[in-house]
Amino acid sequence: MKEVIIGIPIQWYIYLSVIIFCIGVMGVLFRRNAIIIFMSVELMLNAVNLLMVAFSRYLGDSSGQVFVFFVMVVAAAEVAVGLAILMMIFRNTKSTDIDVLNNIKW
Amino acid sequence: MQISQYLFFFLSFVAIFSALMVIIDKNPVHSVLYLIITFFAIAGHFLFLNAAFLAIVELIVYAGAIMVLFLYVIMMLNLNKEVEPHKKNIPKIIAVFSACLLMICLVVVLKGAEVQMLPASRNNNIGLVENLGKILFDKNGYMLPFEISSILFLSAMVGAVFLSKKEIN
Repeated sequence: MKEVIIGIPIQWYIYLSVIIFCIGVMGVLFRRNAIIIFMSVELMLNAVNLLMVAFSRYLGDSSGQVFVFFVMVVAAAEVAVGLAILMMIFRNTKSTDIDVLNNIKW
Repeated sequence: MQISQYLFFFLSFVAIFSALMVIIDKNPVHSVLYLIITFFAIAGHFLFLNAAFLAIVELIVYAGAIMVLFLYVIMMLNLNKEVEPHKKNIPKIIAVFSACLLMICLVVVLKGAEVQMLPASRNNNIGLVENLGKILFDKNGYMLPFEISSILFLSAMVGAVFLSKKEIN
């Protein structure tokens, strides 16, 4: 049985989260700047956070919100380390273009 | 339509529009600012869903700390405008097409999903600070992951400091 809280069915939140997630996927595939790719990954994480909070509210279970809390924790730590790696790459190659990093290519 | 639906649509359009502008705009500083607007819209959605603590945490952590870190890095690397030559058109078209295909696939899969409802004793106050805090600090709840996340932060800090030291030749 689908239920509606304050006039918004859960399906709308699912569609919204899917749209923002796919915009993030498009950003990762579409851009060449490493910083923009990183920001698209953050966009994807936020889409998932939104969906988890929506379900947590609709089902009355607080595990969703606790999990969102931990996802934010991990995202913050990952951004710190990721940007440090990015700075090291820039120091070596003088460019943030990801097509420059093709040393593994055979 | 009720007021709440107008509010939902307004927040959703702001979020989707600024998310699109993040990946479309060429200037990285503009992309960061659009992403901050997206985070504000998502924090508005959290407040709409009565998750007050997570809305504030999102504003402080994401829009306040992570985006400022991005801006520091962009300023330090001096990326005013994208100076690299862009991809050729064929990979761009394929990228947009595959992302739209993913979106259609997910929407179709999730369209007919029936949400199983738990019994009617649903608590609408689970997002408030004291209720969420009770769950986080409960011994049988999530206290162990909460304390381990502090070790995660310590390792991230050590890693970031170590990685960004200049090499002494």
